[in-house]
Amino acid sequence: MSAEPVAPAKPENGAWRVARFAFPVVVFAAGLIAWEFVVRIKQIPPYVLPAPSAVLLTLIKDWAVLSQSLATTLLTTLEGFIAASLGGIALALLFNQSKWVEYSLFPYAVILQVTPVIAIAPLLLIYLDQETAVVVCAFIVAFFPVLSNTTLGLNSVDRNLAGLFQLYGASKLQTLRLLKLPAALPYIFGGLRIAGGLSLIGAVVAEIAAGTAGAGSGLAYRIAESGYRLNIPRMFAALLLLSLAGIVIYGVLALISHLVLRRWHESALGKEN
Amino acid sequence: MADVRASSGGDVGLTALAVSLRGVTKAYDNGVMALGPFDLAVRKGEFISLLGPSGCGKSTVLRLIAGLSAPSTGTVRVSRHEGVTRPGHAIGFVFQEPTLMPWTSVRENVRLPLKLAGAGKAEANARVDEALASVGLADFAGAFPRELSGGMKMRVSLARALVTDPDILLMDEPFAALDEITRFRLNNDLLALWRRLRKTVIFVTHSVFESVYLSQRVVVMTARPGRIGADIRIETVEPRGEEFRTSAGYADYCRKVSSALAPSYSGQSVL
Repeated sequence: MSAEPVAPAKPENGAWRVARFAFPVVVFAAGLIAWEFVVRIKQIPPYVLPAPSAVLLTLIKDWAVLSQSLATTLLTTLEGFIAASLGGIALALLFNQSKWVEYSLFPYAVILQVTPVIAIAPLLLIYLDQETAVVVCAFIVAFFPVLSNTTLGLNSVDRNLAGLFQLYGASKLQTLRLLKLPAALPYIFGGLRIAGGLSLIGAVVAEIAAGTAGAGSGLAYRIAESGYRLNIPRMFAALLLLSLAGIVIYGVLALISHLVLRRWHESALGKEN
Repeated sequence: MADVRASSGGDVGLTALAVSLRGVTKAYDNGVMALGPFDLAVRKGEFISLLGPSGCGKSTVLRLIAGLSAPSTGTVRVSRHEGVTRPGHAIGFVFQEPTLMPWTSVRENVRLPLKLAGAGKAEANARVDEALASVGLADFAGAFPRELSGGMKMRVSLARALVTDPDILLMDEPFAALDEITRFRLNNDLLALWRRLRKTVIFVTHSVFESVYLSQRVVVMTARPGRIGADIRIETVEPRGEEFRTSAGYADYCRKVSSALAPSYSGQSVL
């Protein structure tokens, strides 16, 4: 391992920018190598701590099972995320149209948010069939950031622009479509980015609570099941997939947000201006 | 137009008036009296400035005329030019900030009033192009607001106010945030536009020099609650240009307006 000498680089030069991406990768690689060495030298059995290479091999060997589970979990996450996005935005629009609706319903949205979903999940499983219950869990965890961010965005409209729309006799619908929604867009995307990760968490929590076997079981169930069977390498492999799924979800949402906002919003603009 | 003399009292027939406010007061919800009683008559095609200290209710007057807020007492009357055939709105408003929608192009920003009125696409396009050309921004239709300088943003805002071909242009300290050179240039452009289009312009400012340079009449307002302190007619050789800005007559008017404004500031600490 040849560590590059770290010169006090100026923040603006290219090497520094490369280093920003290279350093975490170097740390990651070093960690993996150390882990592999410790496991081999100390001859730790795989049911206590599998080496990274063993995890990777398991991932390849069990790909048929794991990819099935990954697809299940991702589908649940996606359904929960869509429900949370549509539900959160729709509810925020409703709140924005009528203060009375907002006052009447907002406390319940907060209660739903602050009650731990792991405690609600078993109850949902009694009343709903399992597939629905899992999606509802993902929805409950994820909808609140969408709701609160969209509400914030809809209320952040420039006062003079609102006056302008009033002056030109804009209808409620025109004001919503041409003024409030575009103004709220950066906030909505902020909410969606949080909701993406949370719906994955919601899906995992619900899967663990449901604890069912069979072809349709997700990654979280695989982790629990492998734990009972002391198949530790597979636990790590499933965990790795979950983690990657979370990263990809966040990345995709951040990219969409950037592409939509890049021409006008400060958050998506380069630092040079 | 015949020889119609107007004074602030409004001894002119109603037909010649674009805007008339009679006994208008405005109290805020917390009971603070912001304005009045306030009387103002503005002839069609006239360029007047409302000048006064901060918080004297200048902007409130504009918002009342625009119908953005309602008077507590009194009447606000706005009449349209006769023979207006194009569908459009009677009033254009230019705010102190450019107040553009950052998420869309200059063209779409200027098109907004027409879109809200449901105008056809082809006609709207032609009028947007015309309005942008009149403020010298024909080449920037596709740009986004953040790509423009402060002065250019203000021009877009002006083009948007002009696109409906309004009878009355209300301007609320539109150039206050700009540097002096840009402000002078926009002053000249505004005067040229006014000479060409003959809109009624009501221009709010806190700059004595700007008000004298631009307007035919300077209405000086008192401190809160705002009333009319003085109504000074600026008479000079038209069209005005840079030579007016440096003339002795201009300096005299500025002195006169300043001294009319002084009582509004008495009793206040001027920092």
